[in-house]
Amino acid sequence: MSLTFLLLAVALLCALSFVFGRQRAIALSGGRFSNLHSLPVHYGTYTALWCGLPALALLIVWYALQGPVTNALVISDLPVEITSDPGQLSLAMNAISLIAADHGQHLDVAPEVVEAGNRLAILHTISNTALIVVLLCVALTGLSLSYRKIVADMRARNNVERIVRYLMIGCSAIAILSTVGIVFSLLFEALHFFSKVNPLEFLFGLEWSPQTAIRADQVASDGSFGMIPLFAGTLLITLIAMLVAVPIGLFSAIYMGEYASPMFRAWAKPALEILAGVPTVVYGFFAALTVAPFLRDTGATLGLSVSSESALAAGLVMGVMIIPFVSSLSDDVMSQVPQSLRDGSYGLGATKSETIRHVIFPAALPGIVGAILLAVSRAIGETMIVVMAAGLAANLTANPLQAVTTVTVQIVTLLVGDQEFDSAKTLSAFALGLVLFLVTLGLNVFALKFVQKYREKYD
Amino acid sequence: MTDMASLMEDRAAANADASDQRKPVDWDSADMSRSIKKRYAAERRFKTYGLTAIMLALAALVLLGYSIISKGYSAFVQTYVQIELTFDPAVIDPDGTRDPAVLGRANYDGLIKDALRARFPDVTSRSEKRKLYGIISSGASYDLREQVLDKPSLIGQTRKLWLISGDDFDMLNKGYISADTQEASRRLDDDEIGWFQTLQSANAIEKRFHTRFFTNGDSREPELAGIWGAAVGSFYTLIVTLLLSFPIGVAAAIYLEEFAPKNRLTQIIEVNINNLAAVPSIVFGLLGLELYLNVMHLPRSAPVVGGLTLALMTLPTIIIASRAAIKAVPPSIRQAALGLGASPVQTVSHHVLPLAMPGILTGTIIGMAQALGETAPLLMIGMVAFIVDIPGSAMDAATVLPVQIYLWADSPERAFVEKTSAAIMVLLAFLILMNGLAVFLRKKFERKW
Repeated sequence: MSLTFLLLAVALLCALSFVFGRQRAIALSGGRFSNLHSLPVHYGTYTALWCGLPALALLIVWYALQGPVTNALVISDLPVEITSDPGQLSLAMNAISLIAADHGQHLDVAPEVVEAGNRLAILHTISNTALIVVLLCVALTGLSLSYRKIVADMRARNNVERIVRYLMIGCSAIAILSTVGIVFSLLFEALHFFSKVNPLEFLFGLEWSPQTAIRADQVASDGSFGMIPLFAGTLLITLIAMLVAVPIGLFSAIYMGEYASPMFRAWAKPALEILAGVPTVVYGFFAALTVAPFLRDTGATLGLSVSSESALAAGLVMGVMIIPFVSSLSDDVMSQVPQSLRDGSYGLGATKSETIRHVIFPAALPGIVGAILLAVSRAIGETMIVVMAAGLAANLTANPLQAVTTVTVQIVTLLVGDQEFDSAKTLSAFALGLVLFLVTLGLNVFALKFVQKYREKYD
Repeated sequence: MTDMASLMEDRAAANADASDQRKPVDWDSADMSRSIKKRYAAERRFKTYGLTAIMLALAALVLLGYSIISKGYSAFVQTYVQIELTFDPAVIDPDGTRDPAVLGRANYDGLIKDALRARFPDVTSRSEKRKLYGIISSGASYDLREQVLDKPSLIGQTRKLWLISGDDFDMLNKGYISADTQEASRRLDDDEIGWFQTLQSANAIEKRFHTRFFTNGDSREPELAGIWGAAVGSFYTLIVTLLLSFPIGVAAAIYLEEFAPKNRLTQIIEVNINNLAAVPSIVFGLLGLELYLNVMHLPRSAPVVGGLTLALMTLPTIIIASRAAIKAVPPSIRQAALGLGASPVQTVSHHVLPLAMPGILTGTIIGMAQALGETAPLLMIGMVAFIVDIPGSAMDAATVLPVQIYLWADSPERAFVEKTSAAIMVLLAFLILMNGLAVFLRKKFERKW
């Protein structure tokens, strides 16, 4: 594969320049390293960095721009009747990329498209060859320039350390960049969506049926995009999950922290943590194939009609998933309450449970509320359990025995399969994603602020 | 909170009233002992609540494990049917050339069908025959071809061969289809069950270890579907994730912990990382879809894109864990290094980083385990395709283990339920392995300063 090959080539060049730089420094020192400003290793690293970093940067930029540029070149040559219609254009682009990848022999498309496909293949070859040439040029230029700069009193170590520091700043900036990336990518498509659908209708509409026509010849309704039923469904499932997770999580944290013998703790705590490590797709399978049928059958014997995709099944299993989250966070908070408060309470003759209820719990309350808020944000964003165990139809109901759908389920169903980035149907997924991001972000920020504001300092 | 506080206030008031005629509390009075009894009962109740909560959580864990193992253990064996089969030269090699190209093209499916008809000669009608052919999997003909290509001397002989059975037959043999239920409500009718019983009484049905499950890619036929393709896809995805998130995460952690000036920008980065750790994973999937597929036009369904997406998701986990590990290295080490004339970068790279490495690796392994179990963001970037081939590189279309589980869980065939559970067991085994390694590292290299 060409990328692996290029990376290996760059790595090899770096190693070579390291050796060259080091050798040159040793030669300049005349056998006494004290003649040099830095250690020979630093001169080697200096040349290696100057050889490798520009080459790597070029590689990344090239790969990021190659696709858009070649596509734009190909599109500019297509006839107007194809490019003017977005639907046709995306079909044509699919065909073109298939032909370019040599998988398009069986396709029945216009000759212009075939030609464009061949052209794209040629462009790719040109681009790949050019990349190899330019990459080698850049790497070798970096190598020779830095090699020539090496003199005995060059401050190689300081230079290297400065570069390393900038690299580390760059790495930290990626954290910010990914947030910016999330916000922009969601916002961009969501604004696209809001130019087709009224934001007020989206935020406050009571009906959700996004089945719009993706191709012009399909028969479908206009679709309605009101997210209230989705949000109501999400909140219903979250509420059920919290009703399971908060009492069980809190009481297990209390028992673990205050009552359990070290032996019991050593066994039970890791066992609880296993629950947190189980992938959500496994919980989804469990909810859909074990819990939901069980609830349906139990409901049938009791004379209740329980939907096989009931909110209850998804909520219960999600609650189980969140138990360790609540329990470990509240365990942390409660163990931070200082021993002196406990001792004071015991000294007044309070029993253990009285101490916990009247002293420890109130002192830890802000932290516990924060933990619960974080758990709520987690439940809202949880995807696989609800995709597998909750329904698809957007019912506005508070009955946990009925099927409801959630924001995440809709995002998945809208984006798995046919995507069309100019239909409101596909774009609505990004609008939902934006709402989801903002809600969870808000909850997290609020939870952290809340904890900070009400945390009493015990020292 | 309030009842005890008010109780104390009441007592205080009572004491004030009676201050001139202070009488000692009679601890043995009936009132007191009743109150103490009540309080102790409350204490016991409270303790029971706690124990019950833990037991409930553990019961959920046991139930989860039980339901998966009981559904899935049978997927590791597969039913084989013994049948007498003639390697008919007229079908395999009509010209007698033994040319591998000819042998490879022969109609082995027809041979199996002939053998089945010979075994049950009273089957005549067309629809009955089709059911009869369902006894043997459509994958068995590939086995025959392999055998013949391997040993052309088989041609012309008649052998008793064990062939892999179809999925319905397999389910019947494993007891998931009961002969006692109504004929209309089961997937096999009475004839097919009759054939099964005939074969069984002739000792021509056997369960064997199902190696294909570990070596095959996905398939529409449950008995041919395996997890190897998904496992390889997961491997490539994780490699890309690790190569990106580990160096970037560690570098960011070092910078934030050791070099960053305490200013607004650093603070923003810190808050940002904490918030990123709590962003739902599906949002990262949307980012991946928009950035990598729509803007950069990277290949859909490729492990490279999956790895890039998961790297962004794992980054906060690794940064937070690495920072904790770096913070745990005592300042005296740094001061000693600086005092001996090392530069700050040398101090970190020669002393702090090696000492913090066990903690960093533990955090990285835990982050990788999360990435291995992650499904939702990969659905967004198209890793849900039905892919039969084993991916050969990180640029090929692939799927990963959790997505394979999701796909199989959606399949209607009964036999896929056990495949799904078995794939879950394999995934959990990998996760336990990784977490075990993390615990081992922590135990082995943890240092108390």
